Amino acid sequence: MKGVRHYPGFLGIAVACLVVLYAPLVVVTIYSFNDSPSITTWGGFSWRWYADVFTGPEAERFGAAAWNSVTIAVLAATASTAIAVAAALAMIRGGRFRGKSATYALINLPLLVPEIVTAVATLIFFSAIGLTTGYLTILIAHITFCIPFAYLPIAARLSGIEEVYEQAARDLYATRAQAFRLVLLPLLMPGVISGYLLAFIISLDDFIITNFVKGAGMETLPTAIFGSVKQGIKPNIMAISTLMLAVSVLFVSLSYLVNRIGQKTRA
Amino acid sequence: MSTAIDISSVVKRYGTATALHGVSMEIRDNEFFTLLGPSGCGKTTLLRCIAGFEDVTGGEIRLFGRNIAALEPNQRPVNTVFQQYALFPHMSVIDNVAFGLKMKGVALAERRAVAGRMLEMVHLSDFADRMPAQLSGGQQQRVALARALAPAPKVLLLDEPLSALDLKLRQAMRVELKTLQEQTGITFVFVTHDQEEALTMSDRIAVMSQGRVQQIGTARDIYESPHNRFVADFIGETNLIEVDVTAVSGGMADVVLPGGHRLRCPAETTATGRHHLSIRPERLSLTGTGELTGTVERVVYLGTDLQLLARLADGTPFTVRLQNSARTQVPEAGATVGLHLEEGAARLLAD
Repeated sequence: MKGVRHYPGFLGIAVACLVVLYAPLVVVTIYSFNDSPSITTWGGFSWRWYADVFTGPEAERFGAAAWNSVTIAVLAATASTAIAVAAALAMIRGGRFRGKSATYALINLPLLVPEIVTAVATLIFFSAIGLTTGYLTILIAHITFCIPFAYLPIAARLSGIEEVYEQAARDLYATRAQAFRLVLLPLLMPGVISGYLLAFIISLDDFIITNFVKGAGMETLPTAIFGSVKQGIKPNIMAISTLMLAVSVLFVSLSYLVNRIGQKTRA
Repeated sequence: MSTAIDISSVVKRYGTATALHGVSMEIRDNEFFTLLGPSGCGKTTLLRCIAGFEDVTGGEIRLFGRNIAALEPNQRPVNTVFQQYALFPHMSVIDNVAFGLKMKGVALAERRAVAGRMLEMVHLSDFADRMPAQLSGGQQQRVALARALAPAPKVLLLDEPLSALDLKLRQAMRVELKTLQEQTGITFVFVTHDQEEALTMSDRIAVMSQGRVQQIGTARDIYESPHNRFVADFIGETNLIEVDVTAVSGGMADVVLPGGHRLRCPAETTATGRHHLSIRPERLSLTGTGELTGTVERVVYLGTDLQLLARLADGTPFTVRLQNSARTQVPEAGATVGLHLEEGAARLLAD
């Protein structure tokens, strides 16, 4: 059996994919360090656009948007992870119950519904029940669409944990709650952390749904960047983008590492 | 001796499948009691019903006189040694062993002391601070045992605990388990499919098949006086010979062996007609003319023993065990031999 590297066309396709996927990111990252205000000609290395992000004329607007983004991401990830743990327990430890397949579909449906549809539907829903759009509506929407992302790694981890551990705990006089807290949750933790980080990232960089339900005057980082780009791309946008990219890479790497450590502790 | 567990007419159904068809037995206090049977016979299901991981569909289980149906697993004074050990992988050995005591609210100093004593009992004192993954299978097994014994349960349930160990370790653990049971005076309910394990350790054995109890008795009882074909066949090696029963009275039967010889033997059935006779291979000897006549097909050398595979005139296969001594005369394959049944060797079985 030959390795994949020897498959005909492997090199060409691999290079094409990598270029299409990552060249724009590389360009943005490099040009965020460009001293020149032009976004196409290189004028030497500089941190000035990073300084501009934090101290420039738009600093206050970006600062507020970043604060909203981060707090919403923390709250949405926390809430959706808690809900996802409960859902995973019901689906994997709940035995057989009526409508189990339907429940599974419902949990994962948000992954399949076109985001624009969810965005419009959510906006209509909020206005129908008379909820003023703003921070709260963004948060509710984020919690909702983060659930399947948090659910997947948690459910995967849980289905790999044999039920016998909880039974051993119950057998050794632990109540249901103690068996969960002292035995199942620590074993589930890599999945929980992974799910939390994924939900956090998904919330942090959501644009479409947020843009629909944010209401006037309310910005998150993605909507603020979009608003700023509409008036032409300035290098400070590249600096912000690079910062967000760095945060995303950091979180995805953490999630990966946590999972790897989790593999080792799997008994 | 008082009764530890009184199981009466326990039925367990999963949907349309029935795992236990009205099982009854009394397990005595301070007894090493074994549930023995092939996989799928319901022995593990019964154990899980006692532990509280399964609800019974019918009947009841009494633990020292108390009906335990309404009790959660954590409210039952029984502990389990699981087949897969199920040591908590995120806790050290000592924390695993102390877990039950912690849940019972025993203070830290005392539970550490008790857990330490338990580890000493299973010869693992030096491993207290290791993680379970750093132990060998045999060591994990002993930690599981120490963990289940630490809260001083009234009954210890063991679900095929030796099946994952290699042969040498398994044999050593049998002795260790039996010693432990005698030391602690705790009632052991041991589940296994391994008849040798059952015979060597148990005070009494319940042989189960297809969700029913086939026979309950001491190792000697079930080996030497099997009640029916299943027990005779499952425990050890036996020859099952179909015979004509002409009369049964007072637990004795008159039977006609293939070949026409008549015999009187103990009977487990009261019906006449066609039934099976069980004759253990080691209770037969070779003679010139015996109660049975057969043709030798093959002689297998087993070291301490010789196994003679023969066939009766009607085609029934037959096994004889001969001690391997200088005086043993070994017939050639193809030879015709007479077989003599030792006194009490034959037993008429229920179906």
